[in-house]
Amino acid sequence: MESNQSNQHNSLLASEADSQRTLYPYVTGTSVVAIKYPYVTGTSVVAIKYKDGILMASDMGGSYGSTLRYKSVERIKPVGKHSLLGASGEISDFQEILRYLDELILYDNMWDDGNSLGPKEVHSYLTRVMYNRRNKFNPLWNSLILGGVKNGHKYLGMVSMIGVNFEDDHVATGFGNHLARPILRDEWHENLSFEDGVKLLEKCMRVLLYRDRSAINKLQIAKITEEGVTVSQPYSLKTFWGFSAFQNPTVGAEGSW
Amino acid sequence: MFRNQYDTDVTTWSPTGRLFQVEYSMEAVKQGSAAIGLRSKTHVVLACVNKANSELSSHQKKIFKVDDHIGVAIAGLTADGRVLSRYMRSEAINHSFTYESPLPVGRLVVQLADKAQVCTQRSWKRPYGVGLLVGGLDESGAHLYYNCPSGNYFEYQAFAIGSRSQAAKTYLERRFENFTNSSREDLIKDALIATRETLQGEKLKSSICTVSVVGVGEPFHILDQETVQQLIDTFELVTEEEPPAPEPSSEPAAADQGGAEQAAGAEQGAAPDEGVAPMDI
Repeated sequence: MESNQSNQHNSLLASEADSQRTLYPYVTGTSVVAIKYPYVTGTSVVAIKYKDGILMASDMGGSYGSTLRYKSVERIKPVGKHSLLGASGEISDFQEILRYLDELILYDNMWDDGNSLGPKEVHSYLTRVMYNRRNKFNPLWNSLILGGVKNGHKYLGMVSMIGVNFEDDHVATGFGNHLARPILRDEWHENLSFEDGVKLLEKCMRVLLYRDRSAINKLQIAKITEEGVTVSQPYSLKTFWGFSAFQNPTVGAEGSW
Repeated sequence: MFRNQYDTDVTTWSPTGRLFQVEYSMEAVKQGSAAIGLRSKTHVVLACVNKANSELSSHQKKIFKVDDHIGVAIAGLTADGRVLSRYMRSEAINHSFTYESPLPVGRLVVQLADKAQVCTQRSWKRPYGVGLLVGGLDESGAHLYYNCPSGNYFEYQAFAIGSRSQAAKTYLERRFENFTNSSREDLIKDALIATRETLQGEKLKSSICTVSVVGVGEPFHILDQETVQQLIDTFELVTEEEPPAPEPSSEPAAADQGGAEQAAGAEQGAAPDEGVAPMDI
């Protein structure tokens, strides 16, 4: 009887795999909805347009709750020939998205007719997927950044977990929105060279490393231009922890320890 | 008494390797009034002849807008043509919903052809009795396709289907090499002349033809009747009406030896491949 009921819940809105991340059932009128929460998450991704294309940076940490559990999670992946996808949020949901995209690109290539999906098309597709899942009350728990170049057009955009989407010259997910974008607003310009672009991203990533407790000092930078995609090997940033502000961070912050 | 044992359903082969029902459906295309398409690097023009069913009725629409970048002209069973146009519209709009970009013309044409093909392989179905000239613009330029009830499709520089289309084809064959670099106006002019060729002496008037254009910077649209009449007048197509008569044009040659009761209406000669299964048209 009991199992019968829970089966009913599953068939209503969610598949059985969803139950993995179910916290507790939530009742709305006649339907019972499973509230989900993420398990393993990645933190910020930052991306900018530069002279020849798009640059994207993210660290490789995977947090299990607040535990820094994994240290080599690739969160930037190429999609087809013209696009680059970066994700923060639930890692397994990102892997599911990558499966969708692999299939999408495969079927696109199978036409073999000279047409191919550009970054704009992939971004739009992802928007539909994300919004569709949130309408099933079962969102893919990610913030996605989609960048790319096709036919001389640079494209950079974002999709949130609930399908909110926009384009911009520079974007960032999660903490990056608060810590990196103010820097980008001050220092970004249209004609950034590759070297200056990388420097700017590293500046953002360093601030995030200092101030975002889930960030780790192992990151990748990816570049996409008309020529194609390159994702860098993982590397670390030089850090200096001797700043006086780091010595006793709570001094003057009354009530903290 | 038994004229043809092999044409009672679409899935039955004749011993000579033909599918008569499919061939009949392609005959239906030839019964319909003519439709013409031609393209340059940047534009596609679709035109058609409008025949009213009776003195008392108006004519049926034969050119349909599928999307801003695709249009279609049909010949054959108009009802089937409308069903397929609706299918194409829905495919196009679904694509632009998902990808926010226009559906490539070639892909739509393949999907349409696949849909038509299924009808040639199911005993409980019938093939569509309509031929479609699909014109459109995408990333790779302007395209013109012909979709046949058999499920075949072909890309063309210029083509004509429907009754007396052979006359238009003859005209287009003489001129198509220049079409690639034609201006939009020249394409329309050639479309009107080709249309006139199918009329067999009847006067070309805007009331009996429809012309449509799609091209770079120009979404698919059907030209209104006044515009078409103005074009006919400026090109002085009507005065030339008598002189260019020496055309080898259409001799009715419905010489199909395979049998079948061949409702031979106004047919056009198919000299090169007589007796061969006409699957390739």
